[in-house]
Amino acid sequence: MSTWDRFVDTFFNGKVMLKYLPDILSGMVVTIELAVLIVLSGLAAGLALALVRSLAIRPLNWLIIFIVDLFRSLPPLVIIVLMYFGLPYAEISPSGFVSTWLSLAFVLMAFSEEIFWAGITSVHKGQWEASRSTGLSFGQTLINVVLPQALRLTIPPLTNRTIAITKGTALGTVVAVTEILGEASSAVSNSYNPSPLMMGAAAYLVLFLPVVVLARRLETKFAWKR
Amino acid sequence: MIQTFFNIEIIAAAWPIVLSGLLNTILLSLIVVPLGLFGGLILALLASVKNPLVRWPLMAWVDFFRAFPPLVLLILLFAGLPFAGLELGGFACVAIAFFLNTGAYYGEIFRAGIDSVPAGQVEAGRSTGLSRLQAMGYIVLPQAVRNVLPDLLSNTLEVVKLTSLGSVVAVPELLYQARQAQSLTYNPTPIVVAAIIYFLMLWPLVRLLSRLENRALAGRR
Repeated sequence: MSTWDRFVDTFFNGKVMLKYLPDILSGMVVTIELAVLIVLSGLAAGLALALVRSLAIRPLNWLIIFIVDLFRSLPPLVIIVLMYFGLPYAEISPSGFVSTWLSLAFVLMAFSEEIFWAGITSVHKGQWEASRSTGLSFGQTLINVVLPQALRLTIPPLTNRTIAITKGTALGTVVAVTEILGEASSAVSNSYNPSPLMMGAAAYLVLFLPVVVLARRLETKFAWKR
Repeated sequence: MIQTFFNIEIIAAAWPIVLSGLLNTILLSLIVVPLGLFGGLILALLASVKNPLVRWPLMAWVDFFRAFPPLVLLILLFAGLPFAGLELGGFACVAIAFFLNTGAYYGEIFRAGIDSVPAGQVEAGRSTGLSRLQAMGYIVLPQAVRNVLPDLLSNTLEVVKLTSLGSVVAVPELLYQARQAQSLTYNPTPIVVAAIIYFLMLWPLVRLLSRLENRALAGRR
């Protein structure tokens, strides 16, 4: 066997790949489930916090700022490990899936709150005053006047963050979530062949590359005009 | 509850282990941050060559690493390369993975910075007799870095946090040592202590960033 053949036989072994393809596919399903849950709950919670913050209730805002700072400064893996290995000592035992989901959702919540909040504050004060003076309530002003302008502004930084945090689903493998990396790693140790890992890597690209390309387009479309 | 999650005796017993982890995390950060900055600078300088043959592969390179989870890259190096007869330690794998992954992110930031400097600056510099490289080094880069300083800081924060991935490949950094101490003491206190250390270490940077970002976004209107 030539070196090249040996290389292909080791890293792209057809038989091994075929055998473990179903595992990788089921890993992809878990990764997608996790990703969708994280994005939906993280962004919703972040927007909710930013809206509460716009009510300008002092003690509440301090609390929000503290929570946001906390989840921005802790590494996601530390939060996941803390939940999965720490909480059971308090008689709460979240599964690896739930630990990963909640941890990354909290992190996304923190980052997106900052971005949404910056977007809301960037809308000129005159906009608030003008719309309040036409008789719109605080809530109506926020939803119909301020948010549409604010959200547009937040899209470029938000897509970037969301992708970076959602990629973190791979961290779930540390707490035994059977997502792509977890499935690929156990397939490697079962088959003693790295081909499943190459498949896993390809699976991530299949899932995330289109999102990255789409994000690039969105970013150009909504780019800040200088 | 405090006995379980913040046990003073356990803290005292685990402190030397956790402390050595903290030192390794700092050391690791001091290595991978410059490495990523260096990789990013190379990418950005290459991208400033306005040739599509250079620019397109670079864009693909950056998009590739934006789509690829750093942990997957790390595992690929750590568990995959030995099959090719290349057995790198956990530490070397972390260094390579970070060079590739964070280099791509830093590269995007530097590129945006270089793009933000008006072309007239280069032209003026060139007309005074500076070479292309000199104009880049003395005129464009200093302004570019200043323009994207918040993004550079923010990415650096992410890189320091990312060093916790080293724990997966047995690099004895803060999280790894805390996990060791936890399994030795059958108590979650060491992980809680590690989390507090991360928070105290990075909080000032987060505060600073949140101010810079708010100002930047608000200034766009």
